[in-house]
Amino acid sequence: MLSRLPSGALKQASSAARLTRASAVSSSRSASVRFASSSSSTSSNAFESFMNSRLTLASATLFTAGTVAWYAHLYGTLPFLGEAHASHHSDEGLHPVAYPWSHNGFFDSFDHASIRRGYQVYREVCAACHSLDRIAWRNLVGVSHTADEARVMAEEVEYPDGPNDDGEMFQRPGKLADYMPAPYPNDEAARAGNAGALPPDLSLIVKARHGGADYIFSLLTGYIDPPAGVEIREGMNYNPFFPGGALSMARVLFDGLVEYDDGTPATTSQMAKDVVTFLNWAAEPEHDERKKTGIKAVILFSTLFVLSIYAKRFKWGPIKNRKIQYNPPADKSGH
Amino acid sequence: MSLSTTIYNTFFKRNSIYVASVFTAAFAFGIGFDSGVTTFWDTWNKGKQWKDIRHKYVQDEE
Ligand code: HEC
Repeated sequence: MLSRLPSGALKQASSAARLTRASAVSSSRSASVRFASSSSSTSSNAFESFMNSRLTLASATLFTAGTVAWYAHLYGTLPFLGEAHASHHSDEGLHPVAYPWSHNGFFDSFDHASIRRGYQVYREVCAACHSLDRIAWRNLVGVSHTADEARVMAEEVEYPDGPNDDGEMFQRPGKLADYMPAPYPNDEAARAGNAGALPPDLSLIVKARHGGADYIFSLLTGYIDPPAGVEIREGMNYNPFFPGGALSMARVLFDGLVEYDDGTPATTSQMAKDVVTFLNWAAEPEHDERKKTGIKAVILFSTLFVLSIYAKRFKWGPIKNRKIQYNPPADKSGH
Repeated sequence: MSLSTTIYNTFFKRNSIYVASVFTAAFAFGIGFDSGVTTFWDTWNKGKQWKDIRHKYVQDEE
């Protein structure tokens, strides 16, 4: 059974090969003839075949699905379908404006003068309530301050250390290796000091909020009176950018609150921009080095990619361009 | 002697020379590429980096 199959298949194949060879010459002509005949038929016929074609069906379906998807993407809802929300849009907070940060671009480093001013704003304003756990004094060195400046700032703070030879803990002036001091000894004390709301640690806040730097800038500069009809609890403050609208942190930045040592006028928005740049650095201290390495990586890898394409074509050229000729065995059956 | 022959004879004929030139070329390219990118980076970010403002804050330069 099985042994017979190959011989039969072979016979079929050889006759098929002969057939293909015979028709190969005329195949291009016959195709064009078919095409011409179908296009020369009557117009109703053409319309019918157009309406019945699978291509028409597929493209109409694709067009409809695409339009619905585009609408849903643009407006956030499906067309012609009403929606009921249990929440109000204000519960999600206003979308922050996309600001042109000086470090936005692929090639843009942080503005380190701004980081320095931002540290001053953090120290003089935000540090009264917010900790910055993950930043040590040494991290400022070579970024916004000299080693001497950072050492002096660290020494102004007392840190517990020990135990000493008598087993006692003691206080000592800070060193570069110490981390930024927290305003409260623990979270409960922080809550108790802020009407029950915990001021979050700001080390990673730019990464921890939707909208990142844009959001925090908008939050700091976005305080307004609650709009008519909106009631907020006593001691809360209205800010349309904060999800829910009311938060425990009052507006903290006012024109002229700090005095910059480089003479920059300390407007509210200037201070907000600087402190957000500083917090952005705190969340991504590797930022500058990362972008610089990225430039190198993109250049090197695209060069290697082009080389690999060239090598591939070089190796495959002969294989793809070769012509395979089939010489059928001489036909012995006679004509 | 054609150019390719010269190149072959200088770099590829002896394996010791070949390996040495690969290492030297990699080293030289590394330095050159690095300083090229750094030059671009420093030009693009002129005035924004710490090294551009550091002179305002250092007390005594030894
Ligand atoms: C008087 C204390 C106080 C000061 C000063 C203060 N904050 Fe706050 N901050 C709070 C409290 C309390 C919260 C928590 C608010 C809440 O969850 O209702 C908060 C929350 C935040 C949040 C988080 C908002 C969110 O989306 O959850 C950010 C960001 C923030 N503060 C940034 C700052 C910055 C930057 C400064 C300095 C310019 C600053 N804060 C100064 C008390 C303060």
